[in-house]
Parts: sequence; structure tokens; C-alpha cells
Amino acid sequence: MTSKGEVNYLLQTRGLKVYFPLKAGIIRDRVIGWIKALDDVDITLRRSQVVGLVGESGSGKTTLGKALLLLEKATGGEILYEGKNVYAFNKEEIKAYRRNVKTVFQDPFASLSPRFRIKEIIGEPLEVGAGMNKKEVEERAAEVLGMVGLDPGLMKVFPHELSGGQRQRVAIARAISTNSKVIILDEPTSALDVSVRLQIVHLLMELQNRLQLSYLLIGHDLAMVAYMSTDIAVMYLGKIVEFAETKELLRNTVHPYTQALISAALPDHPRDKKERTILAEEIASPLNIPPGCRFHPRCIQRKATCAEREPLLAPVGENHLVACHLDGQKAASSSI
Amino acid sequence: MEKFVYFWGKVADFWKRAPKGPLMVLILLFAAGIFADFLTFGHDPEIGDPRQRLLPPFWYDGGMTKYPLGTDTMGRDILTRLIYGSRVSLVVAFAAVILSSVIGTILGILAGYFGGWVDQVIMRFTDSWLSIPTVMFGILLAVIVGPGVFNIVIIMGLVFWTRYARVTRGETLSLKTREFVQLAIVAGCSKFRIMRKHILPNVLNNVITLASMQIGVVVVVEATLTFLGVGVPPPKPAWGLMLSEGRGGLLAGYWWLIMFPGVAIAMLVMSFNLIGDWLRLYLDPHYRNIEA
Amino acid sequence: MNKDEKPLLQVVGLTTYFFSFRGERIVKAVDNVSFAVRKGERLVIIGESGCGKSTVALSLLRVLPPSAKIVAGEILFEGEDLLKKTPKEMARIRGKQLSMILQDTMLSLDPVFSIGNQIGETLERHTNLRGEALRGRIKQLLLDVRIPDPERRLKQFPHQMSGGMRQRIVGAIALSCEPKLLIADEATTNLDVTIQLQYLNLLKEIQKKTGVTLLFITHNLGIVAELCENVIVMYAGKIVERSPVMEIFDDPGHPYTKALLQAAFGLQDLSKRKPIPGEPPNLANLPPGCSFHPRCPYGKERCRQEEPIEISLNPTRSVKCWYPVTIGSQNIPMPKIEDAGNFKNLMG
Repeated sequence: MTSKGEVNYLLQTRGLKVYFPLKAGIIRDRVIGWIKALDDVDITLRRSQVVGLVGESGSGKTTLGKALLLLEKATGGEILYEGKNVYAFNKEEIKAYRRNVKTVFQDPFASLSPRFRIKEIIGEPLEVGAGMNKKEVEERAAEVLGMVGLDPGLMKVFPHELSGGQRQRVAIARAISTNSKVIILDEPTSALDVSVRLQIVHLLMELQNRLQLSYLLIGHDLAMVAYMSTDIAVMYLGKIVEFAETKELLRNTVHPYTQALISAALPDHPRDKKERTILAEEIASPLNIPPGCRFHPRCIQRKATCAEREPLLAPVGENHLVACHLDGQKAASSSI
Repeated sequence: MEKFVYFWGKVADFWKRAPKGPLMVLILLFAAGIFADFLTFGHDPEIGDPRQRLLPPFWYDGGMTKYPLGTDTMGRDILTRLIYGSRVSLVVAFAAVILSSVIGTILGILAGYFGGWVDQVIMRFTDSWLSIPTVMFGILLAVIVGPGVFNIVIIMGLVFWTRYARVTRGETLSLKTREFVQLAIVAGCSKFRIMRKHILPNVLNNVITLASMQIGVVVVVEATLTFLGVGVPPPKPAWGLMLSEGRGGLLAGYWWLIMFPGVAIAMLVMSFNLIGDWLRLYLDPHYRNIEA
Repeated sequence: MNKDEKPLLQVVGLTTYFFSFRGERIVKAVDNVSFAVRKGERLVIIGESGCGKSTVALSLLRVLPPSAKIVAGEILFEGEDLLKKTPKEMARIRGKQLSMILQDTMLSLDPVFSIGNQIGETLERHTNLRGEALRGRIKQLLLDVRIPDPERRLKQFPHQMSGGMRQRIVGAIALSCEPKLLIADEATTNLDVTIQLQYLNLLKEIQKKTGVTLLFITHNLGIVAELCENVIVMYAGKIVERSPVMEIFDDPGHPYTKALLQAAFGLQDLSKRKPIPGEPPNLANLPPGCSFHPRCPYGKERCRQEEPIEISLNPTRSVKCWYPVTIGSQNIPMPKIEDAGNFKNLMG
């Protein structure tokens, strides 16, 4: 997507579609509609890049993460890893892909198998994916536990003996254990205490730097995503509506939805209470996507064309893409 | 080494918290079954002394301390039959429950995890099986395969597996969507590995609870079938048999023939139910968290 | 707001403990908490998970789980002690005078009853409205919480509505009988950012219209900055700071508050953020002395040994710390035991 000449992307999607069928019927399930969770999404991730993905419920950001992890099958489009089509991979290549693309989920309590000891939890991808034996697993587990700031002795305990922050560190240790190149971070700090969040964020950034990891950071907290990401993609109802480098996105926000998101962010200080673009209506459901631009029913700047034609992602500046019919004019920049 | 210490720690904790009454009863009955040969002072449970038939319990006139709870129509010591009978009842109950839980759990996990047509097939099969009334089904099978302790274990196993299948299928469905299962998929685990290592241990709690409640049911159904003549065959000592043989004697006043086996069955079933109830609470992680 | 007026709610020395099955372990969820809420005020109790703030809310309404007990204190609502009320009297107060909205709407709403039914239930219990008058009131309530087309919504079920709408329904139920005090426990945590803002504005509007007093419970500093006038900070079951909102952001008094402000995210000053080391403490096993001292960058010997007392910094602010970190704090003399009562004027 970026126009930096010939770039080799580590991970890329082209026209990715994930539709969930809605079935009804008594004897035989008929398909009566589709939930278009992801609708024609192009995204790219380079080595050592952190791409943030923001959006609200129904935006499709979690589905994108799951599709990249091969937990959801795409209904259309392709995923390319190092240039090759993931859906055409044979068993060995899929194994390698799984070694290289890992994830950390939001809920540290549910992410760890309650009956496994920490050693086994970290060891599972090593055993299954990398074929290590017991001794190698133990050594590697000690190593990664140290890297995430935990005492290697914790290998022997069960998840319920650890705190939320510690469990999340274990989840991170597990994700880096196979020398993965890409980690999909799905709201990694949302379920943690406020005082612990920044610790984990700093850990993730340190690891990213040290191991040259690429992150796809999914979140709804724009501030946290902006803190960690080099580039941000804003999603709405299954499509990317704006993509830019973080600083550029915050300084020269173009898409009305992004503006709304930024302005809806709660203030840092009571003195900062500001004028808000309050959006009318609820987010439409992915079941019933509005015609034309998906955002138009809530957009205060909408025109007639917005209800008729769907806007496509087009560049509005260097490294800045927006899908909006108004992108000709520079919309008011946010109050940052 | 640590695993050893951890295990015994858990055993001690279990012991501390279990309800002592039912537990004592069960231990008593178990001990009776295991040490039967030593407890019965040489009485043979299957062959009796016809000269001593229908003696009342020892605290009555005409009773003898040699036959503490009296004798039955064939002169066999009731207490001895009771003790040996516990062996039969317990063996049948446990074997049947183990068999049915294994069958049911495997089918339930397969149905829940695979979904789709596998689920449909297994579940329709389960539903139809479940709809057959238990005792009638038992009688039917017994008539087909004939009586015998081994046969009755198989029959009980086949009759009761459906409940486990339903329960484990439900649990599997819910576990399937949990993050740690998804992470196992991301780690590259095969479906069977996930079912074995992630799903199975987490459904075991429910299975154990269900099994402990089912033991009582199995005991009663086995007794019923035996009472009706299609279960454990005579002259083996079985509480159900003692009930059926002693039935005629009730009107004549020989109440001890059915009172003692009846009480024994009741105590066994009640103890298992109470323990099962408590186990359900004990194994519930929410309950554990109040203490842990 | 007349300062001499008696506060609407006055909590004195509230102490709530959770007892393990046989009473061996005691979790001191709320420890000697005292505060006051004035009529029409917007007060927030802020703290992380496990600090006791939700337990305070549950204690106020007396809807604690069976393993918890209020072991000490008074809850004076309009002068009457709620802890002395019978269950029947409490049932009359809940919903009518005192109301609460919770975080998880799927748990707050019954999935098998229609929306109209659920809003109506509270009204039926506390008012004499029936039939057409009842329906009219329900529709008005839905409009008040900005739900369009109320006639259709009456018959719908919770699962047919979005999260934001459900939260508004829960709000409608809570406000239906015009309570004097509304407690919102993490009410917006599950909502999307844009919906959250709508909802907070809605609450502000409702307060303007009906004069209801709002008590917020949250861990989100953004909500505090956006909405609230007065702040109470809780840590490990105790109140560690109280202050009006502007002052606490400008010049936090307790090291925990200061650290929390620094560790939170905001779109500005991203580089100046600093994490707090360690984790919140286990309430069944609190460290001696000040509960925060293991994580406190300013901790000294006294903090390790003696639990701090609450001292007042000025007539509107107080801090439970031996070494407060406000800008002018070196002017505060070492507190003596007799000074312990200085914060009483904050209590109305």
C-alpha cells in the first residue's frame, strides 16, 4: 500500500473477505444473509513494523487478526506471507507459518490452559511446531521467561497462581518462543489493571526492538495504539477507511470517522474538555451494511454521493490513504 | 518429586473437606467388600445349613449370635450374604459407571469438537438411545445376552452412556471457543491432541461429578434387574436377589430377609449421592476460589 | 450546592470483609471507608481491580454476595442508617431512592423478558402506575435516554439491541423511579469509544434535568476528567486521597495517584508516561504499614511500619500518606495523632 518503491512485505492481505453465513430453517439450514465481517481489506506489514488497527465493535479488526492466524477461513481474497499465498501452502509450509505468526489475546485468564503448568504452556508450540524434546523445551522456556521479566522458576506453577500481568507475560513468552517474526496483538492490555498496562506495553516495545518483531496491534484505545505503532489503520464495518503514519494521522486527520474517534477520546485533564463531534445513531450492524459509504448515516459532512457510491482507498498525501468522497478538501484537523 | 508432594497435598485437602458421614459409610462398605473373606467367620454365602433356616436376628428369641442378622430360606447367614453382596454391587456399579462414562465422554467430545455431520449423527443416535426407558432397556438386553455379572456390567454400561455424551458435548462446545484452545491451534496442535490434552482434562470434572451421582442409579437399576431375575443370577449373593427371595417371607413375618438388604442399598445410594453432591461443589472452580 | 446542607449520603467507617468457606481467610475488601456525597454532585471513586470500589457500591445497596459481610460502619442516606433497615425496607429503597447500573448489560438484563417488561417491573414495584399510564411512562423513559422509536422497542428483547442501547436501557430502568442517587459501576467499560461519549453526555443531561446525584465507580481516568467534580482514590480497600478534580490532576497528593496519572494513556505527552512497578496487592495478605509502600518510589522507613493516617492538605483535600507529594507538601508538618480528625469537614 505504501508507495516506497519495491518493498518486500512480510505479511500482506489482498482483497481479503471474511463473510459469515446466517442460517435459518428447521430441517435444512438455508443461508438467509451474510455477516460481512471483513470486506475487501488490503493491509501490509513489513519487518520490524508496528501497524496499529483501531476500530469499534463490528469493525472487523478482530476478524482480521483471526484470519491472519488461520483461525478463520477467508471467503475471498488472499493472504501473502513473504510473497507466497498462504492458502496454497502444504502442511510443512503451514507449520512454518504457524511458527512465525503468533498471537497474544486480550484475556490473560482464558489464554492459558488451566491444567497445564507454565512450562507445558510455553512448551506446546515448541513441541508441536518445532519438534523439541523435553530438555530443549525446558531451556528455551527458561530463556523466554527471563526475556519477559519473569523468574524462570515459575515454569513449574499453574496459571491460577499468577496475577493477570504475569499471565500476560507468559502469553508473550509463548508467542516469542518459536522465534516468530509476526505477532498479532489483540487488545493485549485491555483486561489488565491500569497500573500494569504500561509495564506490558514497555515490555512489548522492548521485545520488538530487540527481536525485530513485526506487530499487528489491534485495539480500541487510540492512545495506546498510537503510543506503540508506527502506522495506524482505522477500520469501520469491515473496511479500512484511513491509513497513515501515526503522527500524520493525528495531525492531519481526514476521514470523518477517524476525527470522531479522536474527538471521542476522553480527555487527559479536566481542563481539556473540548468540542466534540458527537456521532448520531449507533454503529450499523455488519448484517445490514448501509449502501454507498458505510459510514454515511453517521457522518455529519455527508453529501448525496455518499449514499450512492462506495468510496475507495486513495492517497491524500505521502503515505496517507483515505476512503472518503470528501478527501479532496482537507477536513479540519483534530485538536491535538 | 514435586508432583508427588502436590498430589498428596491434594489428597489431604480432599480428606479435610469431604463430608465424613457418607464417606465413612462408603469406606465401611468398601472394606466389607474387600475383606469379606475375613469378616464372615467361615459362613459360606452361597451354601447354607437348612437346619438353621429362617432364624431371626440374634437379639430375638430363637436367634443365635452365630447368625447375627438371621438366616434366609436356605439357611444362609444374612450378614455374610450382605457382606459378599456388597462386593457384587460395588463391582458392578463401578465397572458399569466406568464403562458408560468412557463411551459417553469419547462420543461427546467427538461430537462437540467436530461439529457438523459428526455431531448430528452422534447426537441423533444419543437422543434415540436416551428415549428408551432405562429398566426396560436393561431387561431387553439381559434377555438377549443372558444373565451374569459380566453381562450386567456391559448392559449397564450400554444403557447409561448417553448422559455423559450430552454433558461432555456441551462442555466441549463451550471450551472449543476459549482462547487457550485457539492458541493451541495457533501453536499447530492437531485436532486429536487438542481433544486429548485441552478438552478432556477440563470436562473430567463434570464427568466425575456425573459419575458419582450415577453410581447410585446404577446400583438401584442393577438391584431392580436382579430382583426381576434378569440380573445377577442365584446363588451368587446380591442385594437385589436377597430382596426378591425374601419378598415372600414378609407377610409371614420374616422381615429381616428384606430389611437388611434394603437398608444396605439405601445407605449405599444415599452415601454416593451425598458424596456426588459435595464433589460437584468441591470441583467447581468458583468454590475453590473462595478458599484458594 | 449549599455547603451547610446535610449531605445526601454519608458513609462512616464502612468495613466489609469477605470470608472464606470456614472463615480461615479474610479478604479485607473495604477497610474503614468514610465519605460523603452532596445532593446534585458528581463524585467518582477511582481505583484498580481489587481496590474495593465495587464492594463499596454493593455495600451501599446491601446486595453483597453471601460470603461478604459488613462488619462495621454506618451508611446514612438522608440521615437514616441503611444498615439498620430490614430487608423489606431496603427493597423499598432500592430502585426508588438509590439505584445502580452495572458494567455487564447481558447480566443486568434478563434475556427472556421484553424491554418493556423489564422497565415496567421496577415501576410496578415502586409506583402505582398501571396499564396505559405505565406504558406511557416507559415510552417517555426510553425517549429520555435517547432511544428512538420507543413503541417498537417495548416489545424487543435484549439480544436484539446493541451494547450501547442496552446500557441506555439499563440506565432507563435505574432512573425510572427518579432515584435520588445513582451509582454507576464501570458502566461504560464495555462500550465503544464513540458510544461511551454519547452515554456520558446522556448522564450529564439527565442530571441537569432531574437533579439526580451521581456516584461513579471506575478505573478510567478519562471518565474522571470528562465528567466528575470530586474524586476519591481507593487502594487496597482504603481511601488514599480525596480531592476536587482539577486539583487532583494538577497536583496529586498521594504517590499512587501521581503514579496512576503518569501511567495512564492519553494522546498527549506520550513520551512522559511511566509505568508503576509491581502489581496491586492481595487483599488477603496485605503488607504491613502502608499498603502501597512496596510500589512507592518515595517510600521511607515509617511507611513500612505504620499505616498512615489521613491528613488534610486544605479544606477540600486530604491524603492518607506520611509523605504526600503535592507541590507544597513540605509545608505540611509531620502529622501527630491528634490531627487525625482534620478531614471531618469534608464529610459534611
